[in-house]
Amino acid sequence: METTGLVSFGRYTCSHLYFLLLIVLPLGQHTVEGVWPLPQIFTSSIERYPLNPQAFYFGYGRQSAAQFGCSVLDAAFIRYYSLIFPDYTGKHSTTGKSHIGKKQSVGFDVLSPSLLFPDNLSVSAGKASLNAETVWGAVRGLETFSQLVYQDDFGSYFVNQTEIDDFPRFPFRGILLDTSRHFIPVHAILKTLDAMAYSKFNVFHWHIVDDPSFPYQSQTFPDLSRKGAFHPMTHIYTQSDVRRVISHARLRGIRVLPEFDSPGHTKSWGKGQSDLLTPCYSGSTPSGAFGPVNPALPSTYQFMATLLKEVSSVFPDSYIHLGGDEVNFSCWKSNPDVRAFMQKMGFGVDFTKLEAFYMENIVNITTFLNKTAIVWQDVFDYHELIPKDTVLHIWKGSPANYRKELSRMTKAGMRVLLAAPWYINHISYGQDWRNYYTVQPLNFSGTAEQKKLVIGGEVCMWGEYVDATNLTPRLWPRASAAAERLWSDEKQTSSVDKAFPRLQDFRCKLVRRGIRAEPLYVGHCKHEYQGV
Amino acid sequence: MTSPLQLALLLLALGFSRGLQHHYPDQADQVDGEAELELVAEPSKFGSLWPLPQKVKLSAVSLKLTGVSFQIADAKGSSAGSGCSLLQDAYRRYYEYVFGGAKRQQQPGKGRRAAGPAVLTELQVWITSPDPECDGYPGVASDESYELTVDQPYAVLKAPKVWGALHGLETFSQLVYEDEYGVKSINSTTISDFPRFAHRGILLDSARHFLPIKVILANLETMAMNKLNVFHWHITDDQSFPYLSRTFPQLSQQGAYHPYTHVYTPADVKMVVEFGRLRGIRVIPEFDTPGHTQSWGKGQTDLLTPCYSGSKPSGSFGPVNPILNTTYDFMSQFFKEISTVFPDAYVHLGGDEVDFSCWKSNPDIQTFMDQQGFGKDFSKLESFYIQKLLNIVATTQKGYMIWQEVFDNGVQLKPDTLIHVWKGNKEQYQSEMANVTSAGFQTLLSTPWYLNRISYGQDWQGHYRADPQDFKGTEEQKKLVIGGEACLWGEYVDATNLTPRLWPRASAVAERLWSAADVTDINDAFNRLSVHRCRMVARGIPAQPLFSSYCPREYKGV
Repeated sequence: METTGLVSFGRYTCSHLYFLLLIVLPLGQHTVEGVWPLPQIFTSSIERYPLNPQAFYFGYGRQSAAQFGCSVLDAAFIRYYSLIFPDYTGKHSTTGKSHIGKKQSVGFDVLSPSLLFPDNLSVSAGKASLNAETVWGAVRGLETFSQLVYQDDFGSYFVNQTEIDDFPRFPFRGILLDTSRHFIPVHAILKTLDAMAYSKFNVFHWHIVDDPSFPYQSQTFPDLSRKGAFHPMTHIYTQSDVRRVISHARLRGIRVLPEFDSPGHTKSWGKGQSDLLTPCYSGSTPSGAFGPVNPALPSTYQFMATLLKEVSSVFPDSYIHLGGDEVNFSCWKSNPDVRAFMQKMGFGVDFTKLEAFYMENIVNITTFLNKTAIVWQDVFDYHELIPKDTVLHIWKGSPANYRKELSRMTKAGMRVLLAAPWYINHISYGQDWRNYYTVQPLNFSGTAEQKKLVIGGEVCMWGEYVDATNLTPRLWPRASAAAERLWSDEKQTSSVDKAFPRLQDFRCKLVRRGIRAEPLYVGHCKHEYQGV
Repeated sequence: MTSPLQLALLLLALGFSRGLQHHYPDQADQVDGEAELELVAEPSKFGSLWPLPQKVKLSAVSLKLTGVSFQIADAKGSSAGSGCSLLQDAYRRYYEYVFGGAKRQQQPGKGRRAAGPAVLTELQVWITSPDPECDGYPGVASDESYELTVDQPYAVLKAPKVWGALHGLETFSQLVYEDEYGVKSINSTTISDFPRFAHRGILLDSARHFLPIKVILANLETMAMNKLNVFHWHITDDQSFPYLSRTFPQLSQQGAYHPYTHVYTPADVKMVVEFGRLRGIRVIPEFDTPGHTQSWGKGQTDLLTPCYSGSKPSGSFGPVNPILNTTYDFMSQFFKEISTVFPDAYVHLGGDEVDFSCWKSNPDIQTFMDQQGFGKDFSKLESFYIQKLLNIVATTQKGYMIWQEVFDNGVQLKPDTLIHVWKGNKEQYQSEMANVTSAGFQTLLSTPWYLNRISYGQDWQGHYRADPQDFKGTEEQKKLVIGGEACLWGEYVDATNLTPRLWPRASAVAERLWSAADVTDINDAFNRLSVHRCRMVARGIPAQPLFSSYCPREYKGV
């Protein structure tokens, strides 16, 4: 697979997310269709099997390469126990249902990683087993298992006999949060990561800084947040905040991809770093306003190299997002020093060349830091002198436009990431999730080889109108629609009408788990949201 | 009420917001940077007052307040004393809003030093009319005016009735700010205030989705922060019947989403009514008939019209069956109960969007139509039903509100009927307002304020610009406009997203309905509303942002 190495945390490496969940359990009507996003290959029967919360346990398979002490799975067992048994307080079980004896209880073995083929899985009666090559697959499998368990009218827990062989369609399934236009408190980010894991998202694209504010507290350049944040004490992410986000994400199999967007979208940077931004001129004198990062000064590149060096050590992911979108040339044009630089470099009056020059330098810095760059499509649109392994992020245009862009980029051999159809900050009245669901990311003209270069997609929640007050209900379950598109087989999930009742059901699961996911349409959840 | 017709709303504010969208896919060349910077809220000369009072005189003289020495107390001459629990509750509420909780009170004699020349130590609340209405219910004719003077040595809030005092306390709390040392301060100020319209409402729909009591109460609390005074409770509809009726318990037993977890018990309703009363908010229930009643049929057999396909009943049901005496017996008993459970002088009877197809299909109805000489005009049958219903409700000594269709269909209405305008585009609702008022009826407007209809960007500006008296008519006609309501229909709204969707968008409507007609400066409104929304957030209400920015205290929930 093209995507080898996309996920790497700690000592586990996930070559590709692949897992197999096999549950053979004896009796109901709740099937795999209830799982969101829909697994790739599955069979289930009406045979159902009771789970006794007091006797149920998760264990590692004897042959599993991971055993107790594996931080990701140890923590996941604890998390998923509570998610599977939401009513269970641990004090007294709801015995009295004598037909559920301990002997029939369901145990759970995780074999991870293993070389076993699916047919070699040993599944004994009363046990479910989950086989995955990596812990990341195992975490996805636990999520699937948790969604298979249901309660009957008496509150007893059941799971149907099920076999699932599952893997994601795309390796990159992201959510972008914008913490510059509004500051999003860490607890709200963590809650979003929880919800992401429920929909099997695996990348948190942290658009951490932008024009309005610079909340990232840099060790090397503390003035950036001291002067550029909305407030230097309360509206910042400290290093320990960032570590907490990364660790919370890692435990859920989620990568944290930081974006430090430049040379545009950097107004807030200028407050704490003098001479970084281009002074704009009106006539022959500086107007007092500033434009994009100043690409004509060597000090700019020294600064960027130092900052990006810090960023690459703080964020363990092997990718870094460098932005590069929406650069306004008018300030550069007004500045005589920039114009002189253009002359010197032989760019004439083509400012796209100047932007290209800047971005190449920045991308080279990250290459030197052993990071792979992701950039917005603008960078490709202007020139093609960036390393071949750079990932291009498509955000603009109508379906026709982005399809053309997909063709062009993949034809040039570049890997791409699709965000254009999933700008979820754009709200409208009604069931707009249907639009997110019916996107066909590979429906563009190109060879099979080209299609393979589409590594996934991303749901973007830009922050102009979003903060902690409304983030969660705007994001969920609308983002879950995209999650199924990015995970599941497109043919099996082509009907939006079939998806509707499943997504309604999943949305109630989210509410039950404390996620303020908004309704799709009229109706009710057994357990309504209890907050305000 | 919810048919997607309100195009006017969707068109508003689009031009404004589009250029500001970061990464707007279709406007790639638009650079947002400069436009965005223009939208940073500047301090307004009116501070964070919202809605803007009618007359405000602010001075630069600033006084300090400390939670240790400050108190809110009854003025000596006030007709409401410590027995007026409505006010005592309000004093405590606003003390907590101003100071964020209890502060240790001063020892006798010790705190004198604090009470220096620049310190405000007391707000005296003076109810001037002989009957303060402490234990009463607010009504459409309630006096909500007040006068507030902030000066040394103490501030005085004068109001004829407690209702005005409640608004004055909110205004007082909005005048308090923190100086750069974090000290609570207030400027010497004189305010004389009263509402432009008597009816300033919010409609919540607890039928499409059940709204837990907690959510309803939180929104009543927020309404008080915006000087809104009517909670229009659209409590039942096709989808569910969550109202637990004592007379007809099977209605919710069969018609609610769940008979125990998704119902409003009599105690719940009492709590909502009292919570509203303590904040000067009326609770007007709506029991919409004859349409929008699918859920009623589950618990009350023979109430709905059986639809026919050909010569046989199809098994489905239509609107309330208007030709049976049992229907009217039922309605008599039901509305008798409603009139005692809800103390407000008005009840909303709905009457909108009646689908005639089922009536048309039913042979008994056709026979009845012939007998009555209605011919094929089913709006006459609808009028027949409504007429009888209005007569029934009139015997309960209640006034009624009805949706505009009832007026449009020419039903005979009592002169004090309120006609609720909700349909059409701007031109259409303006001509409806003109028609209704020229017929001499009082009216209120909702069309431009269907807040359930969301769009990208700052749609509050469109809500802010709409004006209920903006139609062709005489002065007399304009006076018949008693106000308006912001409606949050429930198809896409429940406890998860209701509050941020409603606030601060409904605040825009609140200012339009309270403040003077010439308060239309959208930039000043943006500046004040930005701070007002942060105040709501600081008070624990997840009111969503207007645009890129921040609040000193961000929302702590998720």
